[in-house]
Amino acid sequence: MAQKLFISTSPHIHCGDTIERNMHWVITALIPALIASFIVFGIGALIVTVTAVASCMLFEWLISRFLLGRERSTLGDGSAIITGMLLAFNLPSNIPLYQIVMGSLVAIGIGKMVFGGLGNNPFNPALVGRVFMLISFPTRMTSWPEPHQLLSYTDATTCATPLNLIGQISGGNAAAADSLPSVWNLFLGNTAGCIGEVSALALLIGVIILLCKKVITWHIPVSILATVAVLTGIMWIVNPDLYVNPLYHLCSGGLMLGACFMATDYVTSPMTHKGMVWYGIGIGFLTVIIRFFGSYPEGMSFAILIMNAIVPLINNWCKPKHFGEAAK
Amino acid sequence: MSPILTAILVLGAIGLILGLVLFLVAKKFHVDEDPRVGQIIEILPGANCGGCGYPGCAGFAQACVNSDSMDGLKCSVCKSEVMQQIAAITGHAVQESLPKVAVVRCNGSCQNRPRVNTYDGARSCAVAALQTGGETGCFYGCLGCGDCVSACKFDAIHMDPETGLPVVDQDKCTACGACAKACPRNIIELRNRNKLDRRVYVSCVNKDKGPVAKKACSAACIGCGKCVKACPFEAISLENNLAYIDFEKCRLCRKCVDECPQHTILAVNFPPKKVVTEQPAADAQPTVAPAQDQEQKNS
Amino acid sequence: MSNTFKIGGVHPNPSKLTANRAIEPAALPVQAVFPLSQHIGAPAVPCVAKGDQVLVGTVIAQPGGFMSAAIHSSVSGKVAKIDTVIDASGQRKPAIFIDVQGDEWDPSIDRSTTLVQQLNLTKEEIIERIKNAGVVGMGGACFPTHVKLCPPPTCKIDTLIINAVECEPYLTADHRLMLEYPDQIIVGVRIIMKALGIDRAVIGIEENKPDAIELLQRKVMMVSGIEVMPLKMKYPQGGEKQLIEAVTGRQVPPPPALPANVGCVVQNVGTVYAIYEAVIKNKPLIERIVTVTGDSVKNPCNLKVRMGTPVSQIIEQAGGMPEDTGKLLSGGPMMGRPLLGADAPVVKGTSGILMLPEKVAERREERNCIRCAKCVDACPMGLEPYKLATATQQQDWEKCEQEWILSCIECGCCQSTCPSRRPLLDWIRLSKNKVNGIVRARQAKK
Repeated sequence: MAQKLFISTSPHIHCGDTIERNMHWVITALIPALIASFIVFGIGALIVTVTAVASCMLFEWLISRFLLGRERSTLGDGSAIITGMLLAFNLPSNIPLYQIVMGSLVAIGIGKMVFGGLGNNPFNPALVGRVFMLISFPTRMTSWPEPHQLLSYTDATTCATPLNLIGQISGGNAAAADSLPSVWNLFLGNTAGCIGEVSALALLIGVIILLCKKVITWHIPVSILATVAVLTGIMWIVNPDLYVNPLYHLCSGGLMLGACFMATDYVTSPMTHKGMVWYGIGIGFLTVIIRFFGSYPEGMSFAILIMNAIVPLINNWCKPKHFGEAAK
Repeated sequence: MSPILTAILVLGAIGLILGLVLFLVAKKFHVDEDPRVGQIIEILPGANCGGCGYPGCAGFAQACVNSDSMDGLKCSVCKSEVMQQIAAITGHAVQESLPKVAVVRCNGSCQNRPRVNTYDGARSCAVAALQTGGETGCFYGCLGCGDCVSACKFDAIHMDPETGLPVVDQDKCTACGACAKACPRNIIELRNRNKLDRRVYVSCVNKDKGPVAKKACSAACIGCGKCVKACPFEAISLENNLAYIDFEKCRLCRKCVDECPQHTILAVNFPPKKVVTEQPAADAQPTVAPAQDQEQKNS
Repeated sequence: MSNTFKIGGVHPNPSKLTANRAIEPAALPVQAVFPLSQHIGAPAVPCVAKGDQVLVGTVIAQPGGFMSAAIHSSVSGKVAKIDTVIDASGQRKPAIFIDVQGDEWDPSIDRSTTLVQQLNLTKEEIIERIKNAGVVGMGGACFPTHVKLCPPPTCKIDTLIINAVECEPYLTADHRLMLEYPDQIIVGVRIIMKALGIDRAVIGIEENKPDAIELLQRKVMMVSGIEVMPLKMKYPQGGEKQLIEAVTGRQVPPPPALPANVGCVVQNVGTVYAIYEAVIKNKPLIERIVTVTGDSVKNPCNLKVRMGTPVSQIIEQAGGMPEDTGKLLSGGPMMGRPLLGADAPVVKGTSGILMLPEKVAERREERNCIRCAKCVDACPMGLEPYKLATATQQQDWEKCEQEWILSCIECGCCQSTCPSRRPLLDWIRLSKNKVNGIVRARQAKK
């Protein structure tokens, strides 16, 4: 016998899926949103995104190489690129560079690598970084540039986001309703806000790519959006003067970005379809609560982080239906 | 009422109530424990290796206290002084037993036992043993995935990257038997340490017939029985084409070592022999490890 | 919309290279080797000694218990020795070696090809003949067939399901059998129906075999009680429990429940043909159809092989082992067993010999679990493979048992979808083995 045969046991074939393939599709799905943000915010969006991605990759490499002493870095799997992109997408386009770098360090270092790298982190790393920045640099993090200042970066003039306005309306300031952009503009992204979250249309294109490529399942995005729509719908029916209609809520703020890309992160979402639906309902519920009653205008990041913490419990509660159990 | 007074009263009340609750809970869930158990746990090593057969050191301590004598109770990790201390606490006579050490009974280094296949499944001997005969023609020998290494709580067993076999660090080995239990092929055996840690043992567990075993591994026991005849103390038995040296009977005379045509019988920690035997040098790999070398070498 | 099972499943590339290749006879071997455990249960006990002359069809080993099967010589010649051989299990097992001399058949075997439809035997006689012929499940599990035809008296059987799904990629042995021996299969189904005393049988065929579906549908039109049911293409459609669900909608409860508990008996179509030959032609199980295939194999084919023929010989007939072969399998790529070498003999459960190229066969490096939940989605038994594998690595057998590890059918869906390339099934098999031992020890105590 000349050839040495492999003798590992069945299955002997693989569908060909790899971590890289999944990550690359997520990156591809984020591209439309990146393009939309470039059209809306111009050069600032690109600067922030490139800085965040580059610093996330750098920190991942440094930490895995020198702190963890791993021979082969996990940089190739593309998860650091996604963390960087998602972090950037959650920032305003006029934020200073050093703040982005610090946010990236927290996202990769504390959000992911301290737990042992990809697969072990309980919280979405990009959101850990984002929330750290929100608390550390509150002024820069809550002042958003007006759209269509294509060539300005940190010097861009700022304005209120639709969610600020919605908050003011519920606060009794009916005049704020006049400056609220139309739903169509919100849907296209022709409004102020974080880089990646402005265009619901671009995000929807991205999520359709992910669904078609079977990278994610529909359970999480649909359950989040449905919960938000139902809850805000109820409020709107009860008092249309104080509360705007659900379409505004669905298209504004980080909801679409969070529901489609942040909450669906493999590592920090539940393992069963049933669990995913509950997780989505929880995120939707918390988002609405924070939007209506919290001091922050946007609650998506906190809602996802809180639900991330509950995921192990959800995994214990929501078991897949075991074959033959019904017949018992 | 001044705010300070309110605060003092409220905090005081909370403290009182909580204290009461704690008191009641402690009363209700109080467990009577023999104080000797705690004393024994303190002098035990606390590695929870399970070598004694009880679930951890606490289980062993409990067993020591509950038992009427020290029969069968032995912490394989502790020195005999510690066992004597335990015996003093429980008030029983201590059982004397000879110290032991784990011995890897396989000679199947990459040189002796050529690889004929490649196993690339889960890196675990238990998994490999369940599924396949292994990478070599020998279906009894070491699988080389290192289950024994991960089982050892004392960092006393390591894989030799050259031979692909585990090597026991006899200074660190406490003879807890975890590696022997972890090995799916029962290669590792606990044997007496003897004087100066000298040992003579058959370094093979292959039960195949001679030609099959020899084809698979050039250092395999072929069951020829020469060692059985050579042994003046009837310490060697031959069963299923495999020789075994009973360490209780073996007097370390090393007659069998010279007799073995396969150089399967190893003698470790003996001083090098003065007279050079007439075996051809190329074939006779040094079966006697030099005395200064503390580890077993399979050459 | 065709029927299928509800939970999980994957869609591997079918790669049925040999679907249009007619069955050819394989050459007689020089020396045939018969391992004594070719089936689940106790190994057979040899009843010949070195030097004995045997004919084709002579019993060479008697069943070693109720849960066992006889072994017959598939060649005529002299018993060379009783020794050990490395068989498809990857272990060295005892076996009978026979040197082939000529091809003389036992005179009691009817070698004519005429189709016999009449059946004048009683239930007991049928089962006795099947038992004497050493018939076992030909799908790969090799469960002794006579045991399956004697369901526990507490279970009322109402449906016989014929497993003609062949959901494993590459394999076409059952497909060709249906195309070339449809009448014999129908008679075989009627024999089993009579043995079980029931009047309903369903032949489940996956949709990728439209010619077989059409042919059998035409043949069963005149026979009452037999129905051909096309099933959706999805792996593991041919798993016993999945097939029962697809055909009847009933779910077999978790082990130790058997298909008989929901009133079903499943037989592989290859077994049905073997039963026809055993009962009508008095021919023991000495031959089987083997698909010899692989992407780089020169001449992939379906061969009718005598049991005991060395695998290397039938590989030669298919054009030799390709240069780039990295894995030699007995069975399909999802559940087949790796062979340690081509010296292993063809046994009752060898449904195919598959040569996978090195780049397909070699596993990629294992990575961290990224909790993508693809294994949970793919598991047809509704288990959580990631959890089971991790618990096994921690040697937490209790947790494995609570998580229904014994329900695992080892179909390999989880491992074949894992993007981190974790060897999930390797670990699950280990803890299945351990938990089985624990459960058995517990029962023995009681």
